[in-house]
Amino acid sequence: MSALSNDLLVVAILGYALAMLASAAEYAFGNRGAVARVAVRQRELVGAAVGGSVASPAGDATPVAAVAPEAVAPAEDGPVRGGSEAARVAVWAGWTGAALTFVGWLAHVACLVTRGLAAGRVPWGNMYEFVLAATLVGATAWLVVMVRRPSIRPLGLFVTLTLVILLGVDGMRLYTNAGPLVPALNSYWLKIHVTAAITASGILLVGFVAAALTLVRTGYDAGRTRFPYTLGDRLPAADGLERLTFRLHAFAFPIWTFAIICGAIWAEAAWGRYWGWDPKETWAFIAWVIYAGYLHARATPSVKRTIATWIAVLGWAAMMINLFGVNLVISGMHSYAGVK
Amino acid sequence: MAEAAAEAERPPPRGPGTGRLLIGLGRRLWRWLTSMRTALILLFLLALAAIPGSLLPQRNLNADKVAQYFRDHPALAPWLDRASAFNVFASPWFSAIYLLLFVSLVGCLLPRLRAHIAAVLRVPPEAPSRLDRLPAHAGGVEVGGDPAAAAERLRILLRGKRFRVRVREQAGGGFTVSAEKGHLKETGNILFHFSLLTVLIAVALGSWYGYHADRLLIQGADQGFCNTLQQYDDYGLGARVSQAGMEPFCLQLNDFKATYQVSGEPSDFTASVSYTIGDGPAHPATIKVNEPLRLAKARVYLLGHGYAPVVRYTDRYGRSQTVVAAFPNQDSMLTSLGVVEFPDANIDPAKGFDPADKQQVAFTGTYIPTVSSDTSAVSAYPAERNPMLFLTPYRGDLGLDAGIPTSVYSLDEHQVETGRLNKVGDVIRLTPGGSATLDDGTKVEFLGTRPWITTTVRYDPGESLVLVGAVLLLVGLVVMLLGRRLRVWFRIPPSGPASAGALARSAYPGFAAEFESIVEEARKDVSSV
Repeated sequence: MSALSNDLLVVAILGYALAMLASAAEYAFGNRGAVARVAVRQRELVGAAVGGSVASPAGDATPVAAVAPEAVAPAEDGPVRGGSEAARVAVWAGWTGAALTFVGWLAHVACLVTRGLAAGRVPWGNMYEFVLAATLVGATAWLVVMVRRPSIRPLGLFVTLTLVILLGVDGMRLYTNAGPLVPALNSYWLKIHVTAAITASGILLVGFVAAALTLVRTGYDAGRTRFPYTLGDRLPAADGLERLTFRLHAFAFPIWTFAIICGAIWAEAAWGRYWGWDPKETWAFIAWVIYAGYLHARATPSVKRTIATWIAVLGWAAMMINLFGVNLVISGMHSYAGVK
Repeated sequence: MAEAAAEAERPPPRGPGTGRLLIGLGRRLWRWLTSMRTALILLFLLALAAIPGSLLPQRNLNADKVAQYFRDHPALAPWLDRASAFNVFASPWFSAIYLLLFVSLVGCLLPRLRAHIAAVLRVPPEAPSRLDRLPAHAGGVEVGGDPAAAAERLRILLRGKRFRVRVREQAGGGFTVSAEKGHLKETGNILFHFSLLTVLIAVALGSWYGYHADRLLIQGADQGFCNTLQQYDDYGLGARVSQAGMEPFCLQLNDFKATYQVSGEPSDFTASVSYTIGDGPAHPATIKVNEPLRLAKARVYLLGHGYAPVVRYTDRYGRSQTVVAAFPNQDSMLTSLGVVEFPDANIDPAKGFDPADKQQVAFTGTYIPTVSSDTSAVSAYPAERNPMLFLTPYRGDLGLDAGIPTSVYSLDEHQVETGRLNKVGDVIRLTPGGSATLDDGTKVEFLGTRPWITTTVRYDPGESLVLVGAVLLLVGLVVMLLGRRLRVWFRIPPSGPASAGALARSAYPGFAAEFESIVEEARKDVSSV
């Protein structure tokens, strides 16, 4: 069963990696793709309002400016009007990417379930399993967002990239054998506190991807031309990305608060005090404060939205330090990573 | 002309006095402190200030690591200590940041609370005259009947959607229906921020009136302890705590069972204890890692465990003494290192205690619960499958009579270095029940081991208030993030179709859709009156 779980992890990583390649193909071939069309439509509407002519993005062969605003089809994923072969390939690649993401997700679920069966308990008792579960929540959140807003599908490239990196590190570096829990973790709080932490982390993962893409797109709109910002011409409008970022963070923040509170209640039962500034507690607090700062910044009119989004990215950095730095580098009472 | 002359004669106007300037400065400073931008900066400072607390060892978590840091960085450590870097969360600068944050919070929220109460008590305002200028508007809502009845229908519809509604009759027979909702959002906001304050106050209460104390407890009725300060290895009392207020309980460890997996990883720890409160009878109880002993005003937690060898030494005058010495663990397989001391050994019954010729005896030892091979210095498994005790004998002056506190887990190195305490033999290997003879004919026996546990006793009266505050915080947060502030107006003219408009306090996704659905239902409701 444990071996089956390991095989399924490989299948999941392969699934996400192939999905990533397919999404990358959509990006490469599809400046006529759904993504650009949404981007172009926004710009054209603006252009029409201003009354000037619309410049085509990043100098390419097929002119886009010729498409009149009213003529842009509301169905953003249909074949391009007067489009080329490359465009059709791109859209097809995009749908393949989405399907492969789903396949990878199925393998990921099976991997986690078989791991739980192999260990005879809920599958989040050490760092390997924690990352496995949190990335699953992130993948699920991404699939939900994709179903509700199909136009956002091409951003799957960045989500699958993140998933492949995290799962790869997890499998190669953090792996431990399935075994029973150490006595300190043997409590029903494991199901409550760690589940909440995993859920919040997973959703914040997708929120981070959205925040990063918002910044890329905003930078591109502001006229920057260095590498990350060149991805901006294929991204949807900054406004929509920014709203998505906010909604993801607003959804995850109460869950993270709940996880910290449950951790405090469990700490009282296990260690005698509900808060002791243990490194993991401290970094969870730091991440909480930074995300609170993000919500605050977004509610303060005098703070620009870009700055607020940078704060969200900083919050994810704190989460990563909390997960990798505290578990592996700093030692405290939370050292259940199990990593040798 | 006359006025100009009068002007010239009047003394020049005085500038603001110093008092006024200070008040003005104070007001500006206060407004700056309570602004949201400042709150943001302070939040970041708080996060930043917590970082060194997680990277450097902290005294309250691990005093040993702090001491080790001093040894590793002898030049840097004292400066860090002056900056309170080893006690970050109780340091003045960390406290300054969160206290400023809370002042900012209270200073911002009290006026908001006043404004919120006033807003809640107010009625929904009159409809603006130009509904078509609102971000969402709709016209052509056909009214089939009496405007008053239509207004009543709309009122019922909106009340059903949890709006507060006010119907006003206009001059000329028309009606306006004003509706607003979303005050709960601000209530949630205020609740969240005041819960933070509650948590802070409860934490302060807990630290004033609470205490904690640590102790190592060896199994046996002769090794029990009571909740008095002298009996603890380490303790910290809150500012308002005295011995008299502490729960008068006594505790002894009757048995300790640990089970391990095949790999040596632990799978369960159970300590069977019995406790008495005051003069009451003895009660049995079980303490496990996630299940402390909960008394009325104290809780006892199980932290760690290990082995305490029982060693009997018979000196050259035939007197024997048995010492149970706890040996601290060195690794996860419970290789234990410690010291067994016999300060009353070899006292000539005829002469009595002679400070010039002390023949006190001590053994430094390693206890290995499972020996894998004779030359291995570490244990292979935490349970006692193949136990062996390695003792190195010392004789001389142990240095305990000077009254200077020393560690019970190691010999006084100074005595060994100055030759007052000497090694008198090679390492002795003993299995349980085994004995050996030293160079002067005296005998040492290894009688077996007793388990020891480390316990911590804690009392925090502010805990339940912190929990209440935390729960309210979460509730306030969810309400705040889910709430939507919305105002909707309908204008029903004396004859002809009605119009509608809506305004959101801050744009949220779904605003337009929500307005559309309200207007749809209104159309259905009002057209068939």
